[in-house]
Parts: sequence; structure tokens; C-alpha cells
Amino acid sequence: MSTPRAMRQSFALRFSSGAFLAFWCLLAAFPIFWIAVMSFKSPVDAFADSAWDVITGPATRANGDGLSIIDIALGVVVLFFAIRWAFTKLPALVRQYCPPGLIVLGWIVGALVYAITFVLIFFGLLPIILGALNSLLGPLGTPVLGMTTQHYIAVWGENEFYRNFLNSMLVTAGVVTISLTVGTLAGYGLARSGSDLAFWLLILALIFRALPHSVLVAGYLPVFINSSEILAPIFGEGAPTLYGQPWAVIAVLVSINQPFTIWMLRSFFQNIPAELDEAARVDGCSHFQAFRRVIMPVMWPGVITTGLFSFLLGYNDFLVTALLLDAQNQTMVPAIAGYFNRETTTTDQVEAVAAAVSITAPLFLLVMVFQRQIVSGLTAGAVKG
Amino acid sequence: MKFKTFAAFVGPSVFMMLLFIAAPLVSVFIQSFQVTQPILEQIEVETCTPGFLTQTCTTEIKTVPVLDEAGKTVTETRWVGLQSYRNVLQMDKFWSAVGNGSWNQIMQIDFWKALRFTLSFTLLTLPLVIGVGLAIALAVNNATRSIRGPIIFISLLPFIITPVIGSLSIYWLFVGDGILTAMMERWSGQNISMFAQAWTIELLMYFYRVWHVAPFAFVIFYAGLQTVNMDTLESAVIDGASRWERLRHVIVPHLMPLIIFIALIHLMDCYRVFDEIVGFRSQAHVISLQWLTFDFMTPDDAGNRAMSRASASSMLTMIGIVLLLIIPLRRTWRDHKGSAH
Repeated sequence: MSTPRAMRQSFALRFSSGAFLAFWCLLAAFPIFWIAVMSFKSPVDAFADSAWDVITGPATRANGDGLSIIDIALGVVVLFFAIRWAFTKLPALVRQYCPPGLIVLGWIVGALVYAITFVLIFFGLLPIILGALNSLLGPLGTPVLGMTTQHYIAVWGENEFYRNFLNSMLVTAGVVTISLTVGTLAGYGLARSGSDLAFWLLILALIFRALPHSVLVAGYLPVFINSSEILAPIFGEGAPTLYGQPWAVIAVLVSINQPFTIWMLRSFFQNIPAELDEAARVDGCSHFQAFRRVIMPVMWPGVITTGLFSFLLGYNDFLVTALLLDAQNQTMVPAIAGYFNRETTTTDQVEAVAAAVSITAPLFLLVMVFQRQIVSGLTAGAVKG
Repeated sequence: MKFKTFAAFVGPSVFMMLLFIAAPLVSVFIQSFQVTQPILEQIEVETCTPGFLTQTCTTEIKTVPVLDEAGKTVTETRWVGLQSYRNVLQMDKFWSAVGNGSWNQIMQIDFWKALRFTLSFTLLTLPLVIGVGLAIALAVNNATRSIRGPIIFISLLPFIITPVIGSLSIYWLFVGDGILTAMMERWSGQNISMFAQAWTIELLMYFYRVWHVAPFAFVIFYAGLQTVNMDTLESAVIDGASRWERLRHVIVPHLMPLIIFIALIHLMDCYRVFDEIVGFRSQAHVISLQWLTFDFMTPDDAGNRAMSRASASSMLTMIGIVLLLIIPLRRTWRDHKGSAH
């Protein structure tokens, strides 16, 4: 036996710990799972009293939208193979066709192509094949599970949610790239300097991290709205109004994110032995050359992790984007607040649910792919900081 | 590292923080003592309507904003001292309510209502988050290795979800005759509406926050549990310590730095509670300090933003966070001085 006898646990303890864990998992996943289910049902079903009705969706089925047993079986099979292929064949393909220096770009392109192909097959090809199969098979082909994508079509098509999606992507991409560029430099500098100044900078950053964002936005708003007048002496006629500009919001979010970024990257850089850049310095590199040639190749795990958290900040932000962007440039999360005002009929409510699920889906994928990095990032900040 | 190199590395980041964090702070501080209003003037307007024989004419005095050549309203900025703070705090009402000894009257004033909620939210969820996080970490540490990965995956979902969406997802479970409200009604046999009174909304908010942050605490505690010294544990067993005693005297002291870290982060994040108010649409019943500032800044029906009151309330929010952080920061400073000598 590997565990000593005294450390072994009684059955009751093991059982209750297992039960607690099962309960927690149910609690953690249920609300998210449930809105995903609701978003595929007609309004009557989505807000039905009994849970069973919400899952099976009789009213949705009565409208003629539903999945038969064949649909479900074939869908699950396709899904299974698609996921397996993504984890086995896709990495090899990316590595094969991508020039070695651009592996990150290669992954982005690969993921995009994969996503488009998947959507085409799953939502384009599969329904056509299944439609033919269902009419042939008779009883096996009758729908048993009510399911409709009409709310998604309404949200993404009629309500032009894709605009908000693109704005969100623009803002998050900007936030991630800029805050990583600025943050890695600062994090490296702070990690390699033991001076008092570095310590005070870190403490200052900690205080800045604690500031409520509304305090800062109260400082930006009047300046941003009147910025064309304020900046006119410098830029002349073409001075921009910063209010409503995505790049102004990017700058704001990067700065808000900066304290957290430099703390995290600093703790990652401290894990890289200082002997490494000292050796490079002995060989005649300047600090910047040492950073570029020696540190950059080994810093990627830390940068990816920090990038994930910057992504979350940019993507999840409500307060800054709601106040500093106008309606045309609105990102997804504040846009969903627009549904509240409109939410008069139950159809609107289910559309809001569908929009919410659309916002959550990319995050879900993110956890799936980057679980290990997220965990390591959370712990790195804690154990060192 | 020479100072020059250090400055070159840190420069861009410090510049951004100074420009977008420190400068706004200063400007908010100044704004909170000023009021910007359109200049109004009173003019006599004669309006005539066609009537029989003669026109009926009335003259009245109207108050209209002064316009410049471009047709924009002219605004002026005045120093008003502590006027905005007075508007936010409403001390006269507050003291009269204190004089009456009436808690409800104090809670009628937005600022004190928001302060009460923000503080109780911060302080009540703190022990819950640490307790639940520790419990999950212990249970996962107890589980077989093969299921730990999937459990961590599921646990991360509430943490990673957009806060507004997360609170919405719980809101939809309870709204109207949502699935869980219907279930509770069936059990209790009476009509329940979760969003009609303040305390039920507040309860759901506490639940949401614990649900959202406990995974963060769990992951950190779980990492900490991997480094518990097995020898100390075994000697505790030999000394006859029960499971509970081992937890209290070996594991918790080992995790203490992590507990402090989580408490610090949680204090900062909870104090600026905001997304829940939006997600649960609770502004009629429960508001927080940050939401109060947000509300002042949102344009009203006439398109005006109450910037000076927003600045005053955000300065007051700032004072609160400084008070909350002063103890942990003094500790860090003492540690730093201790390590320097």
C-alpha cells in the first residue's frame, strides 16, 4: 500500500467528500448548462414550469422544430470525430504547413479554418443529409427532442450581433497585444532590478489595481467627450473626439490591466534564472539584446497565461465599454444590456438568452484549450506574490 | 541593472499608468469641487396666435441656455467647494435620521444605502469564499487522480464566465416563474417572487459572488495543498492528531499566506461590486458604490451627465478602498524593510 494506514480514510469520509464534489460540479455547471438549453427552445418551453418540459421542449416540437433519434445519434458521432480530429490531426497539420517562426499565426489560421469547416459541415451539410434520411426512415425519423436555432438566427442576423462581436474582437485583440508588449518589458525590468524604486512601483501598481474602474472613467469622460477641443492646439483641425473610439477604449483597458499584467509577468520572469541573461551579458550582449535573444524564446508560457487573463479583462468588461463607446461601436457585453430595455415579450427574453450563450461559447472553448495555462497563471500570481 | 536601462524597460508601462490612472485621479479630484453647467439667461418672449379682430399676444419670461455662434450651449465651470459632496452624502438628512434613530430613513439616501450594501457584500462573502474554496480543494485532493482534470475544468467555468452573463444566468433561473422559483413554490406551497424585495436579491447576489470566486480560491488552495510537508503530517499522525486537528494545526497554517492573498484580492474585487447590479437588474432595491458613480455618469433623459456628483462619489469610494487596504499595505512595507536589513 502506498498510503500509510493511519492516513487512510473511512468510507463515510470518502463518501461525503465525493458527494460534496458532485454537488459542487452540479452547482458550477448547472446555470450555464441551463441557459444553453433554454436558448434552443421556443419561448413557451424555455420558461416552462417543469424542468422536463424545458429539456424536451414539447411546444418547440409542435412547431415542427425538433431532432429525431437519428439526428441525435449522427450529430453525436460527427461531434465526437470532429473533436477527436481537432486534438489528434490538427496540431500535426499546423506544424507541417506553418513556417517555424510563425507558429502562433499558424494556430490562429488553423483554428479559424477549422471553425469555418465545422460550421459548414455541422449546420450546412448535416441538416440536408438528415432531412433526407428522416423522411425515408419513418418512425425513427420523427422528432423527439424539441430544438430550434431561430433565436440565434434572429440575434446574429436581424439584430446584427456580429457587429458587436467584431467590436469585441477588435477591443480584446488590441488589449491583449498592447498590454503584453508593454507588460513584458516592464515585468522583465522589475524582475531583474532589486532596487527600492522597483518595489515602490509594484506597490503603486497594487494600489492602482484596487481602484474601482468607475473612479477612472469619471476622470476620462469629460476629457474624452471634449477631446477635439482640448487637443486642437496640438493636432489642429483633425483632432479626434476620443469618446466612442475603440482605440481609446483599448488604451484605457490596457492601462487598467497594466498593474495586474506586470505583477504576473514579473513572477514568471523571476522563475527564469538570472544566470541565463548574465551569461548572455558576459558574451557581450546589451540588456536589450539579452532580453531579445535569450529571454524571449523561453518566456512564452508566462506570456500566453498573462495574455489569457488580459483577454478575459477586455472581453468581460462592461463598465468601461458601456460608458466610453457609443452605440455603433458597442461590444457584446454592454450590447446585451440593450436587450433588457427591449425585453417585453418572452421571445425577446429568449433572444437575450441566446445572445448570452453566444458570448459564453468562446470562453468555454478557451477553458477547454487553455485549462492548464489558466491554472498555472492563477497559482503563479499567488505563490510568488 | 543601471537606472537608465531599468527606466527604458519600465518606461512605457509607467507612462500608460500615469496617463490613464494617475492623471484621471487628479482630474476627478479637481472635478469633484467644480460644477459645470450651461449658462442660462432669462428672455422675454412674445408669442402671438391669430385671433378674431386682433391677434392674441402673450409675453412670458423663459429661461433658455445661452448659445454661441456655432449654436452650442455655452457652459461655465464654477468652484463650489464641498457642494457636490454634500449633495451625495446628504448629511443633514443623515443626521436627522440618526437623531430619529431610524435605520430605514438612512437607507433612503442612495449613498448610505450603497455603502451599506457594498460593505456587507464584501465582508460576508469573504469567509464564504475562503471556506468553500478550501472545502473544494480538500475534496478534490481526496478524489482519484483521473477525475481531477474534468472537475477542475467544470470548476473553472463559473470563474471564467463574463460576470454580467453569469449573474444573468442565475437571474433567469429565478425570474418570474423560472425553473427554480417554480420548484420552491411547489415545495413551500406559496407564491414566491425572488426579485420583489431587497433581501432575496441580496441573497442571490451573495450566492452568485461565492459561485463566481470560489473556483479561484479552490485552484490556489489546491496548488498549495500539493506542497504540504508530508513529514509534518505524518508526525502529526504519530502524535495522535485527529483529522480535524491535522487540518487546523498543519494544513491551515501552511496555507495561511495563500488565505491572506485571496482575502486581499477578494477585498479589492468585492469592494467594486458592479456587474451583479446590472445582471440582476436590482437598481430599484440594491445598489453599490460603484453603481452609484456609474448611474451619475449615465446620461439622463435630457442627455446630461452629473459629472461633479460622480466625481464626488468616486472620491468617497476611493477613501473607502484606501481605508480597507491600509492594514495589508503597512504589513508589506514592514516585511520589505525587514528583508532589507
